[in-house]
Amino acid sequence: MLRIEEELKSQKIEIIESERIHSDELYLTVNKEDFKTACLSLHKLLKSAVIMFFAEDMRAQSKVFRIYCVFLDTQNHSWVVVRTDLSEDALLFSSLAKDIYSASIFEREIKEMFGIMPQGCPDLRRLRLHDEVWPEGFYPLRKDSVLPKICAFLGSYQFRRVEGNGVFEVGVGPVHAGIIGPGHFRFSVVGEPIINLELRLGWTHRGIEKLLEGKDIFAGVKIFECISGDTAFGYSSAYCQAIEKILKVNIPLRAQYLRVIFLEFERIYNHINSLGGIALDVGFSFPAQFASLIKERLLQLHERISGSRYLKGINTVGGVQVDIEDNKAEIIRKSIFGIQKDILELEKMLYSSTSFMDRVDSTGILRKKTAQDLGVTGLAARSSGIALDMRKVFGGIYEKFTFNIIAEQAGDVCSRMKVRFWEIKESLGLINQGLEKLKSVVGTSGVAGGLPGGGEARSLDGVGIGCVEAWRGMLRVWCRIDKEGRIIRCKIVDPSFHNWEGLSFAALGNIIPDFPLCNKSFDLSYAGNDL
Amino acid sequence: MSLNIFKNSLRKGRVTVSLDKAAFIRPAEINEIGEELKRLIHKKFARSFHIREVDTASCGACESEIIACSNPFYDIQRFGIDFVASPRHADALLVTGPVSKNMELALKKTYEAVPEPKFVIAMGDCAKGGAQFSDSYYTCGGVENILPVSLHIPGCPPNPTQIIFCLLDFLDKI
Repeated sequence: MLRIEEELKSQKIEIIESERIHSDELYLTVNKEDFKTACLSLHKLLKSAVIMFFAEDMRAQSKVFRIYCVFLDTQNHSWVVVRTDLSEDALLFSSLAKDIYSASIFEREIKEMFGIMPQGCPDLRRLRLHDEVWPEGFYPLRKDSVLPKICAFLGSYQFRRVEGNGVFEVGVGPVHAGIIGPGHFRFSVVGEPIINLELRLGWTHRGIEKLLEGKDIFAGVKIFECISGDTAFGYSSAYCQAIEKILKVNIPLRAQYLRVIFLEFERIYNHINSLGGIALDVGFSFPAQFASLIKERLLQLHERISGSRYLKGINTVGGVQVDIEDNKAEIIRKSIFGIQKDILELEKMLYSSTSFMDRVDSTGILRKKTAQDLGVTGLAARSSGIALDMRKVFGGIYEKFTFNIIAEQAGDVCSRMKVRFWEIKESLGLINQGLEKLKSVVGTSGVAGGLPGGGEARSLDGVGIGCVEAWRGMLRVWCRIDKEGRIIRCKIVDPSFHNWEGLSFAALGNIIPDFPLCNKSFDLSYAGNDL
Repeated sequence: MSLNIFKNSLRKGRVTVSLDKAAFIRPAEINEIGEELKRLIHKKFARSFHIREVDTASCGACESEIIACSNPFYDIQRFGIDFVASPRHADALLVTGPVSKNMELALKKTYEAVPEPKFVIAMGDCAKGGAQFSDSYYTCGGVENILPVSLHIPGCPPNPTQIIFCLLDFLDKI
């Protein structure tokens, strides 16, 4: 860790305070003037995209707004957070967007939610508070925010325009033809190929970060489960991880194994759903229906073992509320055997169809460099040659399991498909290993109304980062709680946040009829992105 | 050419797969309810009841369950219910989510595009009153604040059997 501080000092950056809050979180406080240089040198040193970049209203405590920029140090398995204070009368900082692309959407977010100006940021359009319904000057995440009185048509969004002979625009959404979340896609095309695609999201914004403020830590779990329905377990795990870190609670081993098992179940059913979706979007309905049957079978299995088809209501701060007893383990083992067979069948169906492979091969290519610059994570990154998986980086309970990750180089729809098949198989292996390990761990799996640490743990306050490799990718939660066990500020970053941008680059050069295919191969969340 | 295809199919053999029936919980009532549903749709909607789905800031779990209604296990289409691509083809709007401010106008426009007579079905706990999102600065607190709601399907998310059951109940009453 000295490496980082030395590097910053060599750049003549004064580190006001260097604090290791948790074993895997290093916080460096710098001057406002040094903030940009510090971030740039860390970005260069750690070769990490901006993982999180957000502000916090701390006027009640110290009359300042604080901004945090989080990087990932893969070598030391640690987060490096640069923070600085901005006084109330000068709410601006110099923008990172021109040097680190992955910071740009975060800066837009900080501007719209806090009114803090990233000076020199080339794009300041709002992401979630749409100009049509929300006037400028109302910043919801400030502690003293007020609601605007009029909510009528106020302005309109400026799309990037492509002009010239024969260029025309195709707008799609927010209400799509399928049963899917709302988003607006604006294609600029010349003839058939897409030359520009702009995504306008934010339609499903529900103000979750604000809603969480002041909530009890136990009540927070329920809201987290409703952020993105298909990642309910991933979200609740990341949140619980953050809170448990702050409260310094070690959850029982059995509960840790159970979390692994449920998280892998979530990965499998969603990957199968996406594979079916890819088949459906090229009109190959037989494997699509077959995949939907496998998914249904898994959902029913979830219901049988946990009472919820979407794995809601399992996690809680301090453990899990659902146990997998021996009889349930037997049911799972039997089902997994059948599912494994079906997946091989599905793989054969898809790979043996020449016309299908022709559609997916070399469609929607996301280059490695683009993916790195954008900060694309998870499955989409692994399909473009970036072998990054949080289960490997932070290990934790996953160190007791054997599994491999795969990185495909091509970055097209086909490689995303291959990675999905690979991950499904690995996840089935992980579940089997987990069930074996459960046998050796007796005792309680979690909590019923209290924390393992007893009443003492509840009086701790502080900050912490929770991170889970959900099925879409790195799911990040940063949380600050107070001594009464209430959430003060919570920042959530869904893997889709950066991956949507990846999609808008992957679609370039493809024809519009191939767009649904590209879209489904990423299979991103609207609700998780918009919060 | 056609001979080749024929040869090919003989060589490949059966490509369909049989369903492992024991792997599913088969609610016997689905068929029973379904037949009843089919009878009602025949009588009241001339054999087809078409639904247009609108997501107004739901988390996506409700959408997943609506899609599940059409999978080969439930196969809601066999009873005469179909999910259509355009509101102009629809008899009813199926709205999920607490209605975010951004979606308010889109929802109203979609509703206007549905020909009369039309119904609004709200689905999921948050579509009624907003549930845990009711305090949010950016939601309208449920579908009933925007459109006249004829039916609410509770659950977070309601499973396909519940959806089918609620639809039956509703079609029975109108």
